[in-house]
Amino acid sequence: MKDFERIVIRSRARGQARSRAVPLLFLLAGFLIFPRTGPAAVLPDDRADTLYHYYDGGGVTVRGPALLVRKSVADTVSLSGRYYVDTISSASIDVVTTASPYKDKREEFGVGIDYLHGNSLLGVTLSSSNENDYLADSFGLNVSHDLPGGLTTINLGYSQGHDIVRRVDTSFEEDINRYNFRLGMTQVLTRSLLLGVNYEGIAEDGYLSNPYRSARILGASLPERYPGTRDSQAVAVRAVQAFSSGSRPVISSLRAEYRYFQDNWGIRSNTLAFALQRYFGDRVLGEARYRYYQQSAASFYSDNFTTEMVYMARDKELSTFSSHSLGYKVSWTFLDRKNFFIDRMSLNFSHDYINFDYQDFTDVRTGEAYSFGANVLQLFVSAWY
Amino acid sequence: MMPSRVGALLLGTLLWLAGCAQVKPYEREALADPIMSFSRDPLSDQYLNHVYDVREGARGATTTQGGGCGCN
Repeated sequence: MKDFERIVIRSRARGQARSRAVPLLFLLAGFLIFPRTGPAAVLPDDRADTLYHYYDGGGVTVRGPALLVRKSVADTVSLSGRYYVDTISSASIDVVTTASPYKDKREEFGVGIDYLHGNSLLGVTLSSSNENDYLADSFGLNVSHDLPGGLTTINLGYSQGHDIVRRVDTSFEEDINRYNFRLGMTQVLTRSLLLGVNYEGIAEDGYLSNPYRSARILGASLPERYPGTRDSQAVAVRAVQAFSSGSRPVISSLRAEYRYFQDNWGIRSNTLAFALQRYFGDRVLGEARYRYYQQSAASFYSDNFTTEMVYMARDKELSTFSSHSLGYKVSWTFLDRKNFFIDRMSLNFSHDYINFDYQDFTDVRTGEAYSFGANVLQLFVSAWY
Repeated sequence: MMPSRVGALLLGTLLWLAGCAQVKPYEREALADPIMSFSRDPLSDQYLNHVYDVREGARGATTTQGGGCGCN
């Protein structure tokens, strides 16, 4: 048996054992670490959001509605429901160079329940995503706990997903198992400064390739071949600082975040983001934001292989590239008094422009390094009740 | 250095800072403002994180928890 097959089998066995033990250990740890103390944690706001999203870039258009509704049903229980649609029209560079343009629709449903237990908030989520050649189901557990004094919040999270990958018009069908582990902490440092640290480890096993995509070997096409496992880790540090003006305790804020990511496919990435938010009067809130992203390529990625390898990929998301994103968001509170059962409503619009520059992914039509720009628009109404 | 070790170091530093922090409850008015949240609009942030997730190799440690995205 080859070494990589042993690794795949060991990893799958490890994953299956993990899938049985982790939820129980997680819940046990949650109750042992976070004993009941005086009430300080709170349930999330009762809130509904109706959103329409639009993405246009690189020959791909994705649009659709999304809905998120959350309502508490008692002092200690909050329920949530989510619906999300992607209507995709794709003539991306992968498609126009190796296949035909296509249209697809993805629907995602999610439900959640949060339970307030002293200073702890326990949450369970379920979600299901469905498109004609890809199914994904997942469940998640979250525990957040306010430490005595109310200045520190600790979060623990675990989620597990199962995907089914298909190829239309064939009997092809493969599975993916996914395990996410999250640990985070938010700390009040001063009366105007918050700091957060988050870690997330993700383990996957199964068919991690794409049944439609091809690698290139000396200019000829060959189906991609990916390893059967992927383990990744990410650490993010975030801070948000408030600024006051006259009698207003906060008129603006500056948020900054940095994330480092690495996986066992050889990808290393850095993400840096800033957001400046400011009130204009009592009803208008503006936000300007910038995000920089950079990654190195996976060890089995090549724009054009010179010889056949065990693993071969030509997915531009696994190549060396960087992106810059510049955006803004405007929120207008058009109802701010109790009216029937609604306390407040806002109309929001955001626009982000993202520019992707690929260093080792060639547009085979021109022979140049590929790059493209994308517009991301969101229009949504939020209601608090 | 592995991100898990970096994370442990950062969490340790934050716990140490937690011991130093002295902010009375009546001094936390600014912190309760929506613009002090790491994710003010959860649905909008979930969508934007999804846009990045499907086009980048990196994933995880965001402010929102995504569902099964079908974005292989």
